Amino acid sequence: MSIPNRMGHQTLVYRTRPRIAASACAAGPREAQGPLGERFDLVAQSPDFGQESYEQAEVALLREACRICLGKAEMGEKRVQAMLGGDLLNQIMPSSLAARSLKIPFLGMYGACSTMSESLLVGAMLADGGYASPVLCTAGSHYATAERQFRFPLEYGNQRTPASQWTVTGAGAVLLTAAGEESAVPPLACLTRGCIGRIVDMGVTDANNMGAAMAPAAAATLCAYFDDTGESPDDFDRVITGDLGSVGSHLLLEWSEKMGHPLPEERMMDCGLTIYDPGQDSHAGGSGCGCSAVVLSSYILPKLQSGEWRRVLFMATGALLSPTTSQQGESIPGVAHAVVIEGVK
Amino acid sequence: MQQSPSKKNRIAEYKELIARITPKSKVAQGCLRAFWVGGLICVFGQGLIDLARGLWGLPLAQAGTLASIVLVFLTALLTGVGVFDQVAKYAGAGTVVPITGFANAMVSPAMEFRPEGWVLGTGARLFTIAGPVLVYGISASVIVGLLYYFIHL
Repeated sequence: MSIPNRMGHQTLVYRTRPRIAASACAAGPREAQGPLGERFDLVAQSPDFGQESYEQAEVALLREACRICLGKAEMGEKRVQAMLGGDLLNQIMPSSLAARSLKIPFLGMYGACSTMSESLLVGAMLADGGYASPVLCTAGSHYATAERQFRFPLEYGNQRTPASQWTVTGAGAVLLTAAGEESAVPPLACLTRGCIGRIVDMGVTDANNMGAAMAPAAAATLCAYFDDTGESPDDFDRVITGDLGSVGSHLLLEWSEKMGHPLPEERMMDCGLTIYDPGQDSHAGGSGCGCSAVVLSSYILPKLQSGEWRRVLFMATGALLSPTTSQQGESIPGVAHAVVIEGVK
Repeated sequence: MQQSPSKKNRIAEYKELIARITPKSKVAQGCLRAFWVGGLICVFGQGLIDLARGLWGLPLAQAGTLASIVLVFLTALLTGVGVFDQVAKYAGAGTVVPITGFANAMVSPAMEFRPEGWVLGTGARLFTIAGPVLVYGISASVIVGLLYYFIHL
């Protein structure tokens, strides 16, 4: 039996090209000082965002990103038929709490820092298959909550290694609508293909070098996509990775070449290397679910909307690290999911 | 997990690539910074001991305790106002090795887990970093004490 919307082993095709109706992002003060700061829809003046805990601040960032996104699309919360989202914390609590106040039917996603493309990948299936429209796709993270869960207390005095990355405080939301859905605003872009990533583990155990843990997964997904579709990096204005950082991006170039799919450096872009200035002391770059989500909303989608870019491969990358199994000596599995986003002009 | 030889080779190859590409920590610079900041903290502690002995005529053991109390207090204060981690970021082992590191390792989780309450937050998580040092430090001192006792019997 052939699967009609399938192309090769890992790639799927959205035949109706679900639209991206609107997007929004909210981020913290450190991110606002970065090169994209002026493009954010909402900036929290302090990392606690006026909440009682950093976890609540993360909830508020997610919730506000969703509300602003719906506002831009002139869409009432009650009309949205599904929300897909996740974050880095145990039981993806911030996303559940944000969904609690939005009252939209909710599916929790977890792909560590790959969550934004995972949400889009599945959300577009719902919209394309006629199962739900509009669909709200989100992801968020917070530096302080990730530090306490995965590393040390904030005020603990330690040194970061050069390969370590800085978790982005921020959240992004993207509203998808089925192709035939009436919309109050013109769409920003559309989704045409997706590629579900395999979990790849090359035995990296260093939790301070997430880029190294994720790069082989990114290479595997790219190879699978290009093999399945017969396309090459030249078919895209940019091949965008989530948060490989400087170390992981370099590893991806070298490893992809070894796997038989060399990538042209000038077409590559990494959200983790885009969100902060090199002078912001974030070492190898930004990371976290919020990293790719914020850059997607504030930088990538506007370029597709304006027509500057016509077609990009958006592939957020996740290091599926668990402190428990990591302490037990287990290595860090990586994953990368990709979606093809095209302009509608 | 059983791995085929080709997969093993690829993992080894990737490990080499990581080692080549990943930037290294600046060890010489780190040592130098740790030396001068850590040294300065120790000079300050020694100054306190000398002061306590000379000014108030305290015996050495008590003067040493006084110096520890002052250093622990100052570290706790600097941790509380968010300065200590900045100093530690520069100095590394220079602030970890003296008693300042221990004080910081106690105060930072106490602050961090305050939102979870006094008992299950601050109380339960107070020793998350310093705990292992206490457990193995005290265990080692007990063993050494026993050995010392029996050797001198």
